[in-house]
Amino acid sequence: MKVRAQFALVFNLDKCIGCHTCSVTCKNTWTNRRGTEYIWFNNVETKPGIGYPKNWENQDQWHGGWILKNGKLSLKQGGRFWELMTIFANPHLPEILDYYEPFTYDYAHLLNAQLSETAPVARPVSLVSGQVMEKIEWSANWEDQLGGTYQTRSVDYNLRDVPGKDLLGEFEKTFLFYLPRMCNHCLNPACVAACPSGAIYKREEDGIVLIDQDRCRGWRMCISACPYKKVYFNWDSGKSEKCIACYPRVESGLPTICSDTCVGRIRYNGIMLYDADRIAELAGTTEEQDLYEAQMNIFLNPHDPEVIAQARLDDVPDSWIDAAQRSPIYKMAMDWKIALPLHPEFRTLPMVWYIPPLSPMGREISPRNIPSKAEDIIPRLESLRIPIDYLASLFTAGNHKPVIASLKKLIAMRAYQRSLHVQGVPNTEVLDGADLDEATAQDMYRYLAIANYEDRFVIPTSHQETMMDDPYDFQGQNGFVFGNESSVGISAGELFPRRRKETPAANVQPLHFVRHRGNV
Amino acid sequence: MIWSWNTFLFGIYPYIAGTIFLLGSIIRYEREQAGWTSYSSQILASKRYMMWASNLWHIGILTLFLGHFTGLLTDILEWLGLDPVEHQWLAASAGITAGVVAMVGGVMLLLRRVLDPKVRYASRPMDIIILVWLLITLCFGLGTQFISVPEVIHDHVQNMEILIHYVRSIAEFQANPQLIINIPLIYKVHMFCGFTVFLLFPFSRLVHIWTVPLNYVVRPYQLVRSKIRSVV
Repeated sequence: MKVRAQFALVFNLDKCIGCHTCSVTCKNTWTNRRGTEYIWFNNVETKPGIGYPKNWENQDQWHGGWILKNGKLSLKQGGRFWELMTIFANPHLPEILDYYEPFTYDYAHLLNAQLSETAPVARPVSLVSGQVMEKIEWSANWEDQLGGTYQTRSVDYNLRDVPGKDLLGEFEKTFLFYLPRMCNHCLNPACVAACPSGAIYKREEDGIVLIDQDRCRGWRMCISACPYKKVYFNWDSGKSEKCIACYPRVESGLPTICSDTCVGRIRYNGIMLYDADRIAELAGTTEEQDLYEAQMNIFLNPHDPEVIAQARLDDVPDSWIDAAQRSPIYKMAMDWKIALPLHPEFRTLPMVWYIPPLSPMGREISPRNIPSKAEDIIPRLESLRIPIDYLASLFTAGNHKPVIASLKKLIAMRAYQRSLHVQGVPNTEVLDGADLDEATAQDMYRYLAIANYEDRFVIPTSHQETMMDDPYDFQGQNGFVFGNESSVGISAGELFPRRRKETPAANVQPLHFVRHRGNV
Repeated sequence: MIWSWNTFLFGIYPYIAGTIFLLGSIIRYEREQAGWTSYSSQILASKRYMMWASNLWHIGILTLFLGHFTGLLTDILEWLGLDPVEHQWLAASAGITAGVVAMVGGVMLLLRRVLDPKVRYASRPMDIIILVWLLITLCFGLGTQFISVPEVIHDHVQNMEILIHYVRSIAEFQANPQLIINIPLIYKVHMFCGFTVFLLFPFSRLVHIWTVPLNYVVRPYQLVRSKIRSVV
């Protein structure tokens, strides 16, 4: 057993209102630079829909993630040798139009236009070619609120096996929910495995997956290898970029910016302990439908004395073990089993999990058109509008059981709370069959409905005193930009097109630890 | 050595270019890793076109590089039992094939780079300069074959032998530019262009060649980095 800690997230889809605040704060923080205009580390998709980039879930098209080849894990886009063969032109790389052509508007024209009979118009201007665009055809959330035709949306990979797929386009039968997406900081990341130059790595301390911008050579294999298409190519810098899990915030004990600003309070941040020795074994589970269970088996119980002892041996600080014990992620994924991984069949063991959405419809229930429980307010599972097939395709590779179990608990918890708050008498009958007791139902209510800040975010600070970095080294650096224009304010002349930002005064530090840059 | 353009261009300039090539690469690797990349533009446009253009270009140009290296600087072909005429036949046929392949790919790349508005906008000046320069070098390289091929048909391989001696004299730091004083001009132009590629190398995206990721074949899939000082 090798205990590692992992920074993980859960999104409660039942409460996501699709406001895109997460995406916007993320963009303003990390990707508001030239070359990253089309890049959304975090985006919110309306489901059903083909998403961003188009049809990303269909690996027959994109060849992302892992497959089992003769019982062994192998990258779907090809083995090591094949990957080097395709390095001159990656056959599986998306084009920018598979995302969208980023644009701004020619606002100045509104002020500068000559007097004319018609009002002046600010025309869209492409941010990758600088030219006027005739028409904006697509964007990162083009399908917002079921925008576009049903024909386009129904290509959605998760609808492929849903019975009566064509009928779902009808107004009365249609359904929608939001799917916020970010890098999953996987336990078995395909992007790391695909990087020819070894620039992408997982951090031992918190499991955050990062791209070393100094080491990246722009071979762009990670972009096609990530089945979630959450690694992006910065066309200006010529290097790949991805969500960094706001590590400067997380290291200080703050939630990621997308989580912190989530107005629906749907995002949870916490620590999970897992057994790093079992990654290959469990990611290589034969049956795709068993992968959800397999991933649960990799997580370690932070209350188990044996695990705690081993965690200490493996350099996990006590404050992190404590955080793992209070982790909201562990509660929802392991104790209550209401959170599920996104597309476990990609075999990357993703670490952003989702609580599936209920699809309430009070208007249908009141006239008793639909059978329901608890005074006909809370819908019954079998009458939910979102097909179970659809959710199972998203979260469990098609296995209905975990999805139904999760939804049952969510429904039972609501029915129970309703009895408490409306009738004033706890109705424990509604908990039967959902595998819930009163205490758990109360706990779930506290975490899901109240969702206090300190319950949602249990993030231990990083232990800089155990690190090799000398923080003085990083003083005066100005964040995520290229070149070292603000290092010490002295420019020694530009010898080359782009300049690396070097630690400014490393040689005059009184205390200077050796910086460690190698792989372990 | 008496001053002459020949002495400068073929006795001194190769060393200037070589020094800048090596020192520039080292300094850039040390200081400028942020710009050390292939600067791929594949994501911007025309993926299917790029499957042809980029592959043809790279395969052609790598074959040419390997061909020049083995033919001019090593005795491998002689060890394999080829006499000079056979050597020249091989060089001409392989060189022309690879040259045409690279030329087709290179022209396709240049057209895309100049004509596609997205790629054009994203291009740094050096991206265009280096591609044009490589294509010019390639043109003169192919042009030499108008002399080489008729020669080898008549079993004449004198020029090739002179060039081999000259290139080796450079590589052995015993530069003897007098050797090539009577060689046809087109060979000289091709060589000058070639030396200049080395001169431009560290200032261009060509640096990605230094970091060709061959170790990927043997390295473990998953990489974990730790900043933790060992507690033991």
